[in-house]
Amino acid sequence: MEGVGDLRHPRREQDIMVGLEHYLGVAAALFVIGIFGLFLNRKNVIILLMSIELMLLAVNINLVAFSSYLGDLTGQVFTLFVLTVAAAEAAIGLAILVSFFRNRGSIAVEDVNVMKG
Amino acid sequence: MSVADYAFYLFALTTVTGGFFTVMARNPVHSVLWLITAFVGATGLFVLLGAEFVAMLLMIVYVGAVAVLFLFVVMMLDVDFAELKAEIAQSLPIAMLIGVVLLMELGTIFGTWVFADGAEAARQSITPAISEIHNTEALGLVLYTDYILLFQLSGLILLVAMIGAIVLTLRHRTNVKRQNVIAQMHRDPAQAMEVIDVKPGQGL
Repeated sequence: MEGVGDLRHPRREQDIMVGLEHYLGVAAALFVIGIFGLFLNRKNVIILLMSIELMLLAVNINLVAFSSYLGDLTGQVFTLFVLTVAAAEAAIGLAILVSFFRNRGSIAVEDVNVMKG
Repeated sequence: MSVADYAFYLFALTTVTGGFFTVMARNPVHSVLWLITAFVGATGLFVLLGAEFVAMLLMIVYVGAVAVLFLFVVMMLDVDFAELKAEIAQSLPIAMLIGVVLLMELGTIFGTWVFADGAEAARQSITPAISEIHNTEALGLVLYTDYILLFQLSGLILLVAMIGAIVLTLRHRTNVKRQNVIAQMHRDPAQAMEVIDVKPGQGL
């Protein structure tokens, strides 16, 4: 395959000037913000779900960045699967949330101890 | 710095700012809107990386479906969010601590690193030159051949998620009157009315 060459340099050098570590830095910041949100909003399930979405987005940025800089399409294929699972997870999570709200009249997760043995 | 560099910093800033205010916003509706901002920024990053199909997918699936689903649920549930926000000040120190420690750990990527020697040889599906096959077509060529089983299974996951969401939220209300078309069509005068001979001077 021509144009692959040295892996430290991007495949399309004239297009992409910022290095791979910049993208990884953005993804790391986003992931940490997601975890920060999980600990900060421990009661509000909606914000918890959004924090999980942020963390999955960070993972996707990592996958696509490596895919682009290594010249391997597999990373983008896996991004598709992560997107699928994230969409399914959001749908199920929100459905559980709606059903929980109908039963309890609140979405505070600290009240979720009815299944405690 | 080229235009692409400025675009990268713009989109990176948009993404991180959006993520930060998603977590920090007082109003959950604002949180969802900031989440959409973060997704739009990430879409820009993907376009810069040459992953156009995934970028458009992020725009359509995430901004168009998932974020709107969040918005829908936030607006549908009548929740007192001020009460939920009350304990934030209490959990802020530990959240800050964990965040800073993780950020320092992940920040080590800015040190010295190299791709492994075998990385180039270990690639599963090499990206074809952009002048020959564009991104969407190349992705399809890989997805529908090497990853066909995973593709089918992800379809199955979506089906199960759809059925699960419907089962969880479907509710049969008992005292709602519904039109029953079959019963309506099979009514005849014998069933529908009753002729009563009312005697003069008497009620029914």
